[in-house]
Amino acid sequence: MSTNATLPARLAPFLARRRRSYYLFIAPALVTIGAVIIFPWLYTLWMSAFDWTLGSAAHYVGFGNYEKLFGNQRFGEAVLHTFYFTALAVAAPLLLGTAAAMIFHREFPFRGVLRGIFIMPMMATPVAVALVWTMMFHPQQGVLNYLLSLVGLPPSLWVYSPTLVIPSLVLVEIWHWTPLVMLIVLGGLAALPTEPYESARLDGASEWQLFRYITLPLVAPFIAVAAVIRTIDALKTFDTIYVITGGGPGTASETINIYLYLQAFAFYNIGTASAVVVVFFVIVLALALLLLHVREKTKWM
Amino acid sequence: MDVRATAALARSPTHYRMRRWLRKAGFWLSVMVIVSPAILVFLWMLSLSLKNEIDNVAYPPVFIPNPPTFANFLQVFEENSIGRYLKNSIIVSGGATLIALVIGIPAGFGIARLGARRLTVLILIARMTPALSFLIPLYAVFQFLRLNNTLTALVITHLVITVPIVVYIMAGYFETLPKELEEAALIDGASVWKTFRYVALPLARPGIVVGTILAFIFSWNNFVFGAVLAGRETRTLPVAVYNVLTFEQLAWGPLAAAAIIVTLPVLLLTIVIQKEIVVGLTHGGVKGG
Repeated sequence: MSTNATLPARLAPFLARRRRSYYLFIAPALVTIGAVIIFPWLYTLWMSAFDWTLGSAAHYVGFGNYEKLFGNQRFGEAVLHTFYFTALAVAAPLLLGTAAAMIFHREFPFRGVLRGIFIMPMMATPVAVALVWTMMFHPQQGVLNYLLSLVGLPPSLWVYSPTLVIPSLVLVEIWHWTPLVMLIVLGGLAALPTEPYESARLDGASEWQLFRYITLPLVAPFIAVAAVIRTIDALKTFDTIYVITGGGPGTASETINIYLYLQAFAFYNIGTASAVVVVFFVIVLALALLLLHVREKTKWM
Repeated sequence: MDVRATAALARSPTHYRMRRWLRKAGFWLSVMVIVSPAILVFLWMLSLSLKNEIDNVAYPPVFIPNPPTFANFLQVFEENSIGRYLKNSIIVSGGATLIALVIGIPAGFGIARLGARRLTVLILIARMTPALSFLIPLYAVFQFLRLNNTLTALVITHLVITVPIVVYIMAGYFETLPKELEEAALIDGASVWKTFRYVALPLARPGIVVGTILAFIFSWNNFVFGAVLAGRETRTLPVAVYNVLTFEQLAWGPLAAAAIIVTLPVLLLTIVIQKEIVVGLTHGGVKGG
């Protein structure tokens, strides 16, 4: 506190006493967060130890739900689908978002308007967007196959093909979330110093060299933040997949989240679903921490 | 102008001008390439909503509605009672945002003044938790309280989205405000509450606007809470668009019209706070759900 030095010494305890009342300001929010966030966490952890289908009696099974889960082939496949989807849905927006940030970092006419249009997808209602993409993916009447035919490519089955369904869903994810990566990287670019560029230019460095050896290392921490956020969001993707494919065809695009939804709200297996939540949360947390660790390691490179 | 460019200019002015022009054209081409997917999808959405059903399933596709028709919009309001779901969405997102402001603004203030940034870690962990995991326990509790299928249950659940956003943004905003004014007021005998009410709060208005709009948008966009907890009458707009329109009819025009009704308010709000979103999201990466 900068003003404390000029105040009489007896005012310090006065301000300290005042400090206590700040806790009252936080109390209502703490109670709310406790009720709608922390209580569900604990309840889920507790419920994962029970065999309980909604409507019937619950009985304690300890780690039984987890054991069943790890032997369950469908759950194993859901984990693999989730990782496949996440890898693509993180890498592609990171590349494109960084490129877009490099473009929006330059001064050009209508930059504000164009940037506004560019970030619109990320604010648009996911369900609405997913419905439009569903229509665009339609193999017979969809506009995407028409666009393919314009450039001489054969029509694709898109989300109706078991092998193409996840890449197709990633396409929607790229459209939706590249703007978020762009914004984060743009924030990083805005904070860059100009001196290294001036001296490198004088030394005759090319644009590519400037990007590769100055810009990229300096914005790497921001790209890492974007990677963490993107990973968390991609793992948690629900609306897009649920609306467009519902996990199909068959179970070809069934991710952990879709599996979880079915267990909880189609089969009402609360015990199993709770165990899925706990495993899912551990995966999200582990990947986020891993990426943060990588970020720490690469900070000085 | 860099050294090599100057050298090129000395060698051949036309060659240099040509290269500059090519570079400019290439740059604008890349701008178009990155912006066009956003424009094209929204335009296609608009096109689908303004065409009759025959044109919507025509192959090759009809791009420009000729003549444009508002029949799809009329239909979703008259036959699918989208108006009621619009009202539900306004009540749920408005209510959850209002409650979040009442408890979140003071909390943000308290956190900023106590320097209790550790509390926001809790919020980050909440952000990592899949939305569905909040739903299983809340679903069970609401069933016990006989609150399932009510708007009250939805408002309470949406606090999972709105409260963290408001607290996070307000804590960040109050931290940027100078403490000296508040300390002066405290020394003059004002209570902490009065300092908050008459000194800090008026200064925090820009932060409150951003927090309100972001909380409202992310609550509005939420699908899964309503999909699980809402009954036939209490569906929010995204749920209604998914349920009513995709199962009861498979017509593209009304579907696209409904999709526009859902997402247009959000896009308009986005334009209002575009600058703040750019600043806010670049620093915090705040996103609900």
